Amino acid sequence: MNLPFTITFEKRVEDIPKWLPAATSIGSVIIAFIVSGIILKIIGGEPLLVLKFFYEATFGSWATFSDTMVKATPLIMVGLACAVAFKMQLWNIGAEGQFYIGAFAASLVVLVPFVSPETPRVVVIAIMIIMGMLGGAIWGFIPGYLKARYHVNEIITTLMLNYVAILWNNFWIFDKWSEGGFQMTPAFEKNAWLPRVTDYAREYNTFMEGGSGLANFMSSIGLERISGMTLHVGVAFGIVAAVVVWWILDRSRWGYEIKLIGDNPKAARYAGLNITRNVVLVMMVSGALAGLAGMSEVTGVVHRLQERISPGYGFTGIIVAWLAKLNPFAVIIVAILFGGLIVAGRELQPSGLAQLLQGIILFMVISSDVLLRYKIKLVRAQTTVEAA
Amino acid sequence: MNLEIILHAGLATGTILLFAGIGEIFAERAGILNLGVEGMMLLGAMAGFSTSLSTDNAWLGLLAAIIAGGILSLAHGLVTIHFQADQVVSGLSLTFLGTGLALVFGNGLTGQTPPTMPSFDIPLLASIPFVGPVFFQDHSILVYIGYFFAPLAWYYINRTRPGMHLRAVGEKPSAADTMGLNVYGLRYFYVFVGGCLAGLAGATISLAVSPGWYSDLTTSGQGWIAVGLVIFAQWDPLRAALGGYLFGALRRGILDLQGPALLFGMTNPLYINSNFSFFLKMTPYILTILALVLGSRAAIKKRLGAPAALGVPYIRGERGL
Repeated sequence: MNLPFTITFEKRVEDIPKWLPAATSIGSVIIAFIVSGIILKIIGGEPLLVLKFFYEATFGSWATFSDTMVKATPLIMVGLACAVAFKMQLWNIGAEGQFYIGAFAASLVVLVPFVSPETPRVVVIAIMIIMGMLGGAIWGFIPGYLKARYHVNEIITTLMLNYVAILWNNFWIFDKWSEGGFQMTPAFEKNAWLPRVTDYAREYNTFMEGGSGLANFMSSIGLERISGMTLHVGVAFGIVAAVVVWWILDRSRWGYEIKLIGDNPKAARYAGLNITRNVVLVMMVSGALAGLAGMSEVTGVVHRLQERISPGYGFTGIIVAWLAKLNPFAVIIVAILFGGLIVAGRELQPSGLAQLLQGIILFMVISSDVLLRYKIKLVRAQTTVEAA
Repeated sequence: MNLEIILHAGLATGTILLFAGIGEIFAERAGILNLGVEGMMLLGAMAGFSTSLSTDNAWLGLLAAIIAGGILSLAHGLVTIHFQADQVVSGLSLTFLGTGLALVFGNGLTGQTPPTMPSFDIPLLASIPFVGPVFFQDHSILVYIGYFFAPLAWYYINRTRPGMHLRAVGEKPSAADTMGLNVYGLRYFYVFVGGCLAGLAGATISLAVSPGWYSDLTTSGQGWIAVGLVIFAQWDPLRAALGGYLFGALRRGILDLQGPALLFGMTNPLYINSNFSFFLKMTPYILTILALVLGSRAAIKKRLGAPAALGVPYIRGERGL
C-alpha cells in the first residue's frame, strides 16, 4: 500500500504546551459525540434530536440545571476518589462499592440509631459524614492492604468488593430495616437531611418582595423561583473535597510522595519512601471520598437507604477522573458534564446509550494522550521509494 | 445437594470461564493486559443471541459472537499497541464500550427464544457410573469442545514454535524483534484471539449454559472473574480450566445450600430466612479474592510471575524490555 505521505511519530522533547491537555480532552468529547451520533443513526435514531433533548434536559433551565448538579455532586467526590488513587497508579475500580458502604455506614447513624431524633441537624450530619467516610475508607483498606501485603492485584479485588458491597446493602434493606417488605429503609428523620435550596425558598421569597437590586438581577437571569430546586449542600462537600485533594496533591509533601511513587516506584523506594504504607493510606483516602459521596446521596437525595442508590457513579467516576487528567478542579467541570449525561440518559432510549457514549469518550481520551507524548507529522513520500 | 448435579453444573458454567480465561491468557502471554473481557463477553453474548434469533441458526450466532468479541478487542489493540496508551484504562473503557454497544443493540431482545447450541450424550462414555452423568451426559457441545480446548491451548503455548514466539513477545519483545518476529503484528493477533474467545464465552452463556438475554445481568461480572482466574491460574491454560470448573461447581453447590430444610442435621438458616442468600451470592466474589491471595502467595514462593513485559508498551528503537 503506497500512501502519498507517511505518518511519523516524533517523541516530544520540549514541554507540552499548556493548552494541549485541555484541548485534547475537549476534542475527545466532541469526537465521541459525533461517533455516538453515527452509531445512533445506524440503529435508526435521530442524533440531532437526541442532542437537542440532551441540552434541554440538562442545561435548558435553572430547574434542570439543578438536577444536573444533583447528579454531578456524587460524581465530583467519586471522581476525586479515583483521581487520588490513579495519581499513584493504584487502579481503584471499587469506588462503586465504597460509595455503597459509605451510604450504609452513614445510614447506621439514624437506623441503629446512634443519635436521638431530637439531636440538632448539624450534629447528626457531622456524625454521618464521619461514618460515611470511615465506611468507604474501610472498604478501601481491604484491597489496599491485600495489595501492599500480598501483592494482590487491586483491580480485581476492588471490583469484586463492589458486588459484595451491593449485596451487603441489599441484605439490610431487604431484611432488618426493610420498610413493609419493600427494598428500602424507612425515610430518615428530617434532622438527617442535607439542606436543599428549596428549604431556603420561603426565606428567599420574602426577601425578594423587597424589590431590591438583587431581586431584579435574579429575575433578569431567569431565576425568579427557587422552590422546587433539588440542589443540596452535598455539592459544597464536593468543592471542599476538591480543594483539599488539590492541596494534598499539589502543595503537600505527601502529595509529592504519591506522585513520585506513581511515576517511578523504583526511585521512590531508593529514596526511602514507605510504599506499603502509602498504598494503604491512598486507598483509604480514595475510599473515604467515595464513601462521602454515598453519604451525600442518602442524606441529600433519597433520604433513606435503598436499592440502586447509584446508577454506576463509581464507574463513571473513573472516566471523570481520566477526562480531567486527574486535576481536582477539572474534575468538578467534567462531573457536571457527566451529571448532565446521567440526567438525560435516564430518559434516552435505548438505555445503554449513555454508557456507550461514556465508553467512546474514555477511548478517545486515552487515544488522544498519544498527542501529548508524540508530535505527529505527515511527511510527503519521496518518489524514489517506489523502487521498493 | 446432589454431587452429580453440582459437578455437572460446574462443568457447564466453568466452560464460560475456561474460554474467557484462556483467551485472556493468550493476550497476556503476548504482553497485553486486556481488562475489557466483561465488555467483550457481553457483546459476544448479545451478538450471538441476536444473530441466532434473526438467522434461526445457533452456529451462525456462535460465529457472530466470536467475530464481535474479536473486532471489539482490536480497538484495545490499536490504542495500547500503536498509541501506547495505558492498558488498564483502555481495558476499562473497552468494558464500557462493549457493555454500551451490547445494551444499545440488544434492546428488545429480552424474552426472545432463538435456537440454542445442541446438547447431547456421548455414546458409551455416558453409561459409565458417576463419571458418565457428570462429564458426558446432556452437556452442550461447547462444554465438550472445552474439554479439548484447554489441553490444546497448553500444547500450543508450551510445545509449538508459534507458541514460543508468543511467549517471547510477552517476555522480552526487544529480543523477539531481533529474532525477526513482528512484535506489533503478533500482539494484535493475540489480542484478537483473546477477544474472539471472550466473545465465544459470551455466546456460551447466551446460547448454551443459561440461554437468554438479560441485558447486563447476562454476564454479571463473570468477565472480571475470568481476569482474576488468569492470575490465579498463573497464566497456564490447564490450571485456568481446572479453576473455572472448580469455581463453577462451588458456585452451584453454594446455591444448592438453600434447598434442604435440614443441613448437616441442623435447621438450615437459609431455608428459614431467604434473605441470607444475599451472603451466599457474595461467595463467588469473595472466593475470587481468596483465590488471588492464595495464588499470589504461591507465585511469590515459587517465583512464578506474570509475563515480564505484561502491560509494558513496546516501542521500536527505544530502550526498554
